[in-house]
Amino acid sequence: MTARNALRLLSLALLLAAALVASIAFGAAELPLRAVIDALSGGGEETTRIIVVNLRLPRAVLAALVGGALGLAGAVFQALLRNPLAEPYVLGVSGGAAVGAVAAVVLGWNLRAPWSLPLTALSGALFAIILVLRIAARAARGFDTRVLLLAGVVVGAFFHAVILLLLTFATAEAYRSAGFWMMGSFAAADWSAALLLVAYLAPAMAVLLMMARPLNLLAVGEETALYLGTRVERVKLASYLIASLLVAAGVAVSGVIGFVGLIVPHAVRLMWGSDHQLLLPASLLAGGGFLLVADTVARTVAAPAELPVGVVTALVGVPLFIVLLTRRAV
Amino acid sequence: MSDAGNETPVFEVRKLRFRYEGAARPALDEVSLQVAAGDLYAIIGPNGSGKSTLLKLLLGALKPDGGDVFYSGRRVAEWSRRALAQRIGVVPQGEEMAFPITVREMVAMGRYPHLGVLGRAGPEDRDAIEEAMGRCDVVELAERPMSRLSGGERQRALIARALAQRPATLVLDEPTVSLDIRHEMEIFELLAEVTARDRVTVVLVTHHLNLAARYADRLLLLDRGTPAAEGAPAEVLSRETIEHVYQWAVMVGAHPGPGPDTGAPQITPLAGQSG
Repeated sequence: MTARNALRLLSLALLLAAALVASIAFGAAELPLRAVIDALSGGGEETTRIIVVNLRLPRAVLAALVGGALGLAGAVFQALLRNPLAEPYVLGVSGGAAVGAVAAVVLGWNLRAPWSLPLTALSGALFAIILVLRIAARAARGFDTRVLLLAGVVVGAFFHAVILLLLTFATAEAYRSAGFWMMGSFAAADWSAALLLVAYLAPAMAVLLMMARPLNLLAVGEETALYLGTRVERVKLASYLIASLLVAAGVAVSGVIGFVGLIVPHAVRLMWGSDHQLLLPASLLAGGGFLLVADTVARTVAAPAELPVGVVTALVGVPLFIVLLTRRAV
Repeated sequence: MSDAGNETPVFEVRKLRFRYEGAARPALDEVSLQVAAGDLYAIIGPNGSGKSTLLKLLLGALKPDGGDVFYSGRRVAEWSRRALAQRIGVVPQGEEMAFPITVREMVAMGRYPHLGVLGRAGPEDRDAIEEAMGRCDVVELAERPMSRLSGGERQRALIARALAQRPATLVLDEPTVSLDIRHEMEIFELLAEVTARDRVTVVLVTHHLNLAARYADRLLLLDRGTPAAEGAPAEVLSRETIEHVYQWAVMVGAHPGPGPDTGAPQITPLAGQSG
């Protein structure tokens, strides 16, 4: 890590921290910055502290974690599949999760037991991960990422047909809440979800960050990676499984949030190049910051109504990305 | 040329057989060879004769169906990939990069085998990178994206990456393909210098019979997966052998000089005829 890259990561981390504080200050009850900082450090008024620590902080932390997971997973998938169009959902993980979540909603399970939805979503995601891997392993000797991409895309398409089928039989109410879930939301965030995610994401992220050099080599080519000392099959399998699980956990707690995992890694590449030693941690931090800001917009811009956060990431993220792309392309 | 007959060969191949899945005939059949330390060893032969396949088997990228491949006296499959990468620098044939990277980033990857997963690049690594870029004349291109290089510049950058590994052995798959004469000569001169000065052993695949004849210590001529001839250029490049293997009439002359390679066999394919 060069000093310049360390500085870049530090500035992203500071931006993320600023976004966290700002996100807590904005909301139905506007809080002055001073009060937020007091509450975060354990002082201040009782009501303020409850709003900050029990409501806004867990939601902000969860949004940052999921955003970080999506940014990181997107960068990993792009390198693994050697495809700039790859994003965290391209291999059908979100499709599987959505089938689980929609089934829970249509069958009314989520009304009886609120924890059932993340559980069915996670099961669906895990099923998709294993299914895609099995198909790819059957179709080609070794671990061919082109076959993996094809398998993921068709499995995803199949799941989406299943979702539409399920929704055909849904009540209007179930239809609406399934639709809302599929566009992503942190409205149900609490500390238990945030802590669960931290416990899971932290090691997954640590392992992925250690694969920066092998991923640099994979992005150049599998032959080059092998000749420069990489156990190619192992790196591909590990990065597929870990990044997919990262996505699965994120989808389970907050639904399908598009564009973060596609745009964030590319934005980092456009600014700072494709070295994964910088790209991976930067995508993690920038993804977290971006989704945190998007969620803050989603819950404040039309208050008291909430927009689906996936709509905001696309509406804000795409124009921003186009500006970056066209400015850089000159 | 190496004269130490009892030294362990750098590469040793015994009765190698390999067939691609679903192929009618084996890509390689009963191929044996020895590459001595410090030699420049060229593998030549027509398209589809198994040259690149042989390189991949030497490097352990493919597993043989029969026979053995040894590197420094040990089976290639028994080496760890990292240990091999610390010793062998490879310039593979054109790979498409998925994302833009600069020449310096590319060359720096040559140090990865020495750094491991989390090791930090030290002064030795930086020296190796700078020295390799200097020798391959890509210092001015350091911050350029690989995708914006010409064919010659690109090859030089890839060779610089291999040299940054500070390898004992250098393996190249058609390093001069689509290059003009100056760039071809520069690359062969560089390889000759690397063998002479650093005693690096070089194994390369090439279609340039005449350059191979001038620079290589030994040649292996492959014909449809089997060795048609092996030895010093003057032994391998006879008119009969070349005409038989390439199915085209040729004239074999001698390089008139000047230069250290005066007298090397030079092949001229004849116009207005065929095999």
